[in-house]
Amino acid sequence: MVPVSYYLVLSAVLFGLGVIGFLLKRNLITIFMCIELMLNAVNLAFVAFAHSWEVLSGHIFVFFVIVIAAAEAAVGLAIIIVIFRNRGSLNVERINFLKW
Amino acid sequence: MSADVILFFLFGGLAVLGALSLVLQRHPIHSALSLILVMAALAVLYLLLGAEFIAAIQIIVYAGAIMVLFVFVIMLLNAGEEERTDLSRVTRYLGLPVATALLVETGWLLYRAWPGDVGVVPDRLVGRTGAVGRMLFTEYVLPFELTSVVILIAILGAVVLAKKER
Amino acid sequence: MLDLVWLLPLVPLLPLAGAGLLGLRGRGWSHGEVNLVGLGSTALSLAAAIASAVLFFQLPLTEIPWKHDYFTWLKAGGFQVQTSLYLDQLSLLMMLVVTGVGFLIHVYSVGYMHHEGGYYRFFAYLNLFMFFMLLLVLAGNYVLLFVGWEGVGLCSYLLIGFYFLRKSASDAGKKAFIVNRIGDFGFTLALLLIFWTFGSLEYTNVFAGASVMPVEPGDWSQAGVLTAISLLLFTGAIGKSAQLPLYVWLPDAMEGPTPVSALIHAATMVAAGVYMVARSNILFAHAPFALATVAVIGCLTAFFAATIALVQNDIKRVLAYSTVSQLGYMFLGLGAGAFAAGIFHLMTHAFFKALLFLGAGSVIHAMNGQQDIRKMGGLWPRIRATAATFWIATLAIAGAPLFSGFFSKDEILWQTFTSPTLRIGKLLWLLGLIAATMTAFYMFRLVFLTFHGEGRYTPETAKHIHESPRTMTRPLMVLALLSVVGGWVGIPAALGESVHLANYLEHFLEPVFAGANQLRPAALPHPHSEELGLMGLTTLLAVAGFAVAYSFYIRNPELANQLAQTFRAFYQVLVNKYYVDEIYYAVVVRPLHWLSDRVFWQAFDVGIVDGAVNGAAARAQEMGAWLRRWQSGNTRSYGTWVALGALAVLTYFIFGSG
Repeated sequence: MVPVSYYLVLSAVLFGLGVIGFLLKRNLITIFMCIELMLNAVNLAFVAFAHSWEVLSGHIFVFFVIVIAAAEAAVGLAIIIVIFRNRGSLNVERINFLKW
Repeated sequence: MSADVILFFLFGGLAVLGALSLVLQRHPIHSALSLILVMAALAVLYLLLGAEFIAAIQIIVYAGAIMVLFVFVIMLLNAGEEERTDLSRVTRYLGLPVATALLVETGWLLYRAWPGDVGVVPDRLVGRTGAVGRMLFTEYVLPFELTSVVILIAILGAVVLAKKER
Repeated sequence: MLDLVWLLPLVPLLPLAGAGLLGLRGRGWSHGEVNLVGLGSTALSLAAAIASAVLFFQLPLTEIPWKHDYFTWLKAGGFQVQTSLYLDQLSLLMMLVVTGVGFLIHVYSVGYMHHEGGYYRFFAYLNLFMFFMLLLVLAGNYVLLFVGWEGVGLCSYLLIGFYFLRKSASDAGKKAFIVNRIGDFGFTLALLLIFWTFGSLEYTNVFAGASVMPVEPGDWSQAGVLTAISLLLFTGAIGKSAQLPLYVWLPDAMEGPTPVSALIHAATMVAAGVYMVARSNILFAHAPFALATVAVIGCLTAFFAATIALVQNDIKRVLAYSTVSQLGYMFLGLGAGAFAAGIFHLMTHAFFKALLFLGAGSVIHAMNGQQDIRKMGGLWPRIRATAATFWIATLAIAGAPLFSGFFSKDEILWQTFTSPTLRIGKLLWLLGLIAATMTAFYMFRLVFLTFHGEGRYTPETAKHIHESPRTMTRPLMVLALLSVVGGWVGIPAALGESVHLANYLEHFLEPVFAGANQLRPAALPHPHSEELGLMGLTTLLAVAGFAVAYSFYIRNPELANQLAQTFRAFYQVLVNKYYVDEIYYAVVVRPLHWLSDRVFWQAFDVGIVDGAVNGAAARAQEMGAWLRRWQSGNTRSYGTWVALGALAVLTYFIFGSG
């Protein structure tokens, strides 16, 4: 029998890898994908908890997370397209609109 | 060594490998494919945890629609291999250590909170479509309706944003 | 019924009302309307003054000095200042002189200022001046006196700079005010000392307090607070009444219209210092050193100014230096302990000096603006009324027997000669005598060069020469009459005893100076013959001055120029007024200017203050520049910071509360 905590540790590892990828990668789309990875890790944690406490609400949460992730991906990619059109590069360090 | 233990470690390992590949690959398309692998592995893990509906949704929506969208955009923009720029000193020196520490600490916290004796019993909770659906349309009907509005807005936003300037 | 309580305040308040009305509303008024308000208020004020005098003479002796507190003006802890009016013989005399001469000059101004712009403004300022001057003389405490003191200084500035579009005029106004301010600083210190010593600034309290204090020694190293107070009060008088070394503003003040010179800088404002010292006679009588200082400065000023007047060529300048000189005489009289004599001369001087200035104005009016006496001459047949009155005034100032100046000036000289308090009385008398001789000389020089001899004016000017209108000549005649009979109220015993005429003025003013006179050591009795002898000597020397002037400017016109050439250096020094203005400029003005420019402005204001303010701004900017480097726009950097924050929180949960 696999302890629930193993699932949780796995979730933490995936999340941590997502953070590492978010900080270290330079391609805008790759960074976005790391965010999706983080979301997935969280989903896993939700499902594990739902199982552990026998509540279905966890599944509902995951459902909503996926829906929102979809919406976010759509809009985010549209923005990336526009940025690419204006800047000509997908390197996140070249996109410094927030610079003073 | 029961089946669920083997399956857990197998697919859990696959997920970790996929995540590592995502981070270490240089070309974004490779990263996208790695992410699809991760999602598939996770779907199996959901099944192990009795979340049938969610596993299906994961494959259909997440891996099947969202990632396809990613792949389309990568192709569209013809994003090549990643440039090696390094303009942020903070990230160069602190990025990896901090993220790693974050990983370790999160893991430690979560592990300590649930000692190893609570186990996963597949039949304990089965997230059938019907049950989930019933909850969605009774208890969580308001958020459900709102998410449909959100999707509508996302569609409109994406179309408007990505339109070509005339 | 007629009561001083409401009648007396009318005297200063009526001109104030006139000034307010004219100043605020008079802009578009016709000359007639301005005259109605401006002259009307002054005339009514004069009427009120005369009525007050009548009431005063009906008061029983116990109620004199008359005083009334109207309301408490200032109150701060133990310090209180009342608005109080004080009427005794001295202030009554001053009030009548100011309103009387003031009114005559107002009438004269109607004619003189007829063609000038700013007609309403002139009368507004003139009325305002009357208010302040009357406030000064009627005040019942030193603070109210100071209000009037400052106020007349303000009006002097406004009126000197009346033709403000002329730089020399506005400069002269500023000079007058600033030099006055120096004296006023001393005056303010005196006020502080008075309050500190007596606890009040009301005349009654101060004089009562002073009368029970001991007389301070005449040696300045042992002087006490009363000497300090007296000297500081006198500093104010030095500024206001143009004595050495603060007289320099008075000659420049001639930039103002001539009626202003007559009223303010001859008859009234400059006499304020004399009045103030006379009013404070108790204080000065307790401080022999201060009195001696007053006498010495007065005498030196009289002498000094007379020497300058000898060679001046502008008709008003001669009169200006003459005024400085005559004021010196007044202070000499006061300093010798003869307060009544000083006030006597103040009164007669008001008459004949005002007449001289108004006459000069009439001459300038006839000469179409020409003021240089070298370009005049032979005017006697053309402007007889002016010339005749001018002659009368000249005789008065020179001390011709039976004219007013004769009595007042001789009284001062005699009192100086016989003063029991002044150790150097005889020396001062000698200087005063020489100055009197010089006075006679330069005044007759002025008359001869202006009215007699060959005409040295241009043909265009010749066409313009005409007698002044009646509004100008009538006041001249009134003043001429006063210049003759004004002295007859002060006939000394030496002359009057035989014809049973007493010295009315001295007797009249006796109660005012009683306290001071009591402290005077008894004078050795001097025989009348001695007094008559000195009187004769003075008259003789005055005649000599007349004769010399006659020979220089009528018989032998070239003689004066030859003398000037022979004693070139000497002459240059006198004509350039001993270069005093230049010395002041180099010693005081320029260093002060340098100090203001280099030290206060550049070093302090620009360097330190601006430096601090701008420096603070620059620091803030620097800090901002340093802080904004955080806003790199680099997402990876931001993300790292976020992760770091999350890590910190988690670490807290593990090691902190876990």
